[in-house]
Amino acid sequence: MSSSIQDTFFEECEELLEAIDEGLTAIDDGNWDGETVNAVFRAVHSIKGGAGAFGLDKLVGFAHTFETVFDGLRSENQKLDGKLAQLLLRASDNLSDLVVEARGGKPADPETHGAVTNELQAYLEAEGLGEEVDLSDFQPMVLDLGFTDDQPSQASFLIRFRPHATLYDSGNEPLFLFQALAELGEIDVTLDESRLPKLESFDHEEAYLSWEIRLTTDKSEAVVDSVFEFVHGLCDLEISEEVAGSKEDPGLDTSVDASSVKDNSSEHTKQSSNTSTPNAKASAKPDAKAANSTLRVDLERVDRLINTVGELIINHSMLAQQIHNLDVDDLRAVENELEAFKSLAREIQECVMAIRAQPVKPLFQRMARIVREASAATGKVTRLVTEGDATEVDKTVIERLTDPMTHILRNAVDHGIEKPEARLAAGKSEDGEIRLTASHRSGSVSIEIRDDGAGLNREKIREIAVEKNLIPRDADLSDSEIDSLLFLPGFSTASEVSNLSGRGVGMDVVRNSVMALGGRITISSTPGAGTVFTIILPLTMAVMDGMVVSVADQTMVVPITSIIETIRATEGAVHCLGPKENMLSVRGSFVPIFDVAQVLGLRAESRDPLNAVFLLVETQMGGCGALAVDTIHDQRQVVIKSLDGVCGETAGVAAATILGDGKIAMILDPESILAEAPAAKALA
Amino acid sequence: MKTKVLAIDDSRTIRSLLSETLSEAGFEVITAEDGQEGVETFAKTKPDVVITDINMPRMDGYGVIETLRGKKIATRVPILVLTTESSAEVKARVRGAGATGWIGKPFDDESLIFAIKRVAGMAG
Repeated sequence: MSSSIQDTFFEECEELLEAIDEGLTAIDDGNWDGETVNAVFRAVHSIKGGAGAFGLDKLVGFAHTFETVFDGLRSENQKLDGKLAQLLLRASDNLSDLVVEARGGKPADPETHGAVTNELQAYLEAEGLGEEVDLSDFQPMVLDLGFTDDQPSQASFLIRFRPHATLYDSGNEPLFLFQALAELGEIDVTLDESRLPKLESFDHEEAYLSWEIRLTTDKSEAVVDSVFEFVHGLCDLEISEEVAGSKEDPGLDTSVDASSVKDNSSEHTKQSSNTSTPNAKASAKPDAKAANSTLRVDLERVDRLINTVGELIINHSMLAQQIHNLDVDDLRAVENELEAFKSLAREIQECVMAIRAQPVKPLFQRMARIVREASAATGKVTRLVTEGDATEVDKTVIERLTDPMTHILRNAVDHGIEKPEARLAAGKSEDGEIRLTASHRSGSVSIEIRDDGAGLNREKIREIAVEKNLIPRDADLSDSEIDSLLFLPGFSTASEVSNLSGRGVGMDVVRNSVMALGGRITISSTPGAGTVFTIILPLTMAVMDGMVVSVADQTMVVPITSIIETIRATEGAVHCLGPKENMLSVRGSFVPIFDVAQVLGLRAESRDPLNAVFLLVETQMGGCGALAVDTIHDQRQVVIKSLDGVCGETAGVAAATILGDGKIAMILDPESILAEAPAAKALA
Repeated sequence: MKTKVLAIDDSRTIRSLLSETLSEAGFEVITAEDGQEGVETFAKTKPDVVITDINMPRMDGYGVIETLRGKKIATRVPILVLTTESSAEVKARVRGAGATGWIGKPFDDESLIFAIKRVAGMAG
């Protein structure tokens, strides 16, 4: 069996598990009907079927128990209450773990597996469905076709076979049965057409023929009998083993071979093909499924396409520039065409991007499980509400968001949501709520994780940060700056690691994962009302909108997502704090200025801030910085070319891109510029 | 001409398995994702044999057999049913609906091909 089919199976399992989760969540919410139950049943059944084909017995066994419960719900209309729904959700989680295990991943926790299996069994027994949990019926049907070549002891069978009319009605065909017999050994077929009536009394619905077959084979009688498996009860059948040597006279005069049998028996076949033709076009109506039919494509091909389209766009810019430089009087016609070319290329690019885009729904569904498990482990009751789960994000982004989001959600349940008693005491509803919201926000995607828990304990955070020497004791920090301390490396350590959320991973790792995706994460909290994490991500990782700027005669690109606004300094707006530290006054508040050229080492001396243009950028820490650059050229889409493997990590530079004139430009990483700058170090 | 088999199953895995096994055995294989699509595909492609799953969305396996037989779209084309249960009850129900035979799931290649040959021979 090819491993690619096994891959197909596991891929399909992912989808089926999602369908199961979706159905169960609907059931848990009380928002379901019979078809919901059917759909879950079918999904579990499909997993069982596929698992059986690959001999994944453990998976088959559990899926079977699980499925039996659903079969009961389907046919008996058993009561489906919240308690059962919870059990089914846990069963679904376990099924998912077993799939992972079968795939060669982390083994499912035997304790959980045992507990859930027992509970399902107990339920089945209580409902009187228990006896059905018997796998004896679900074994591969192995037919011994005797393809072994050890001592072929030949036996001779005499088979008397007289089909009833019903045999033909079921689509069985004597000729094919004879062909199957012929595969077992030597056959000699004799037709008995003595019951065939005169033509005028012939009823084409009746069966008149019978056969006697002599088969010499090394197979057992059971194997011979199995040929007739489908027609038992639809014919008179007698199979007897002849003792070697006793050549009994068949007593029939018409001896025919298999090929001439065809002519006789196909009287039925022929007229049947006549009846089938007129109705055949009955269902030629348009296929409802065709509307959203899908095509499975290797990701690598899509990536190649995306890359090539990216090159096409670069190529267009280069072409446009070359044409512009030509010494021709009237370029208008050419430029119009070029413009059309550009919009077409953009359109192709958007289409290609759409291929990689996937709804965040599966990701959100996976989070439901995290919340469930975290709540169970902490004795809290938490509902997960999702919004905008149809929002589409790049596939890679979705995949890489799982870990950071898992961490945030575990934290939210563990540290955010209060115990039921505490919630009631605080005048809140007994059940905590975590709201996951995805939405598109001008060229980027925002994912918000909002809990209605106690909010951050700023006193404690501050204390921990001071203890760990992350901030000086007398540091004057705003609320949002305190909240952002959570993201500092080394903030979370064993002392406050609970067995649930603390797994040696701090929020700094979460932040790094989001940043690696070209995104940002911010936190805001209201004491007593809860905490909100906001993750802003680019729509795609291959292309981004950037602002093209000049820095010390070099062209560079700053990601638009990190720029809040651009400011030209006016007299009195720049304040000097020291030889190197300047502050920019923006509507009453002061923002440190970072001279990009200086930070990158392109210019030793700070330029005159009054001639600079400032890009106001927001940092992960909640603070702001003003990047000083020489000039701003324009804003355009650039294709991100990773520098991984090309050169080592360069502070301040995130990646590179190729501009219209074919020159390479660095894409700046404002975050690391702010971190690198001496001014920032002084502040921290 | 190769014997044309229409395999109807909502599981992509099973469809792939059937396609691979049967193609290797020299059959031409067409697949459909559920009963409804199966019946439509049948009308379009006129297969020599139908293999159908029971539990499927939109139209289940019994629905397929009843439609193909009842509406006389295919009165004599062999229909094999894929069943996970091999109880006499299920067999009786499958046959009562008008199926030609059954294949126990999970199936092994040999018994699958053997079953098809019994009901369809192997023209070509």
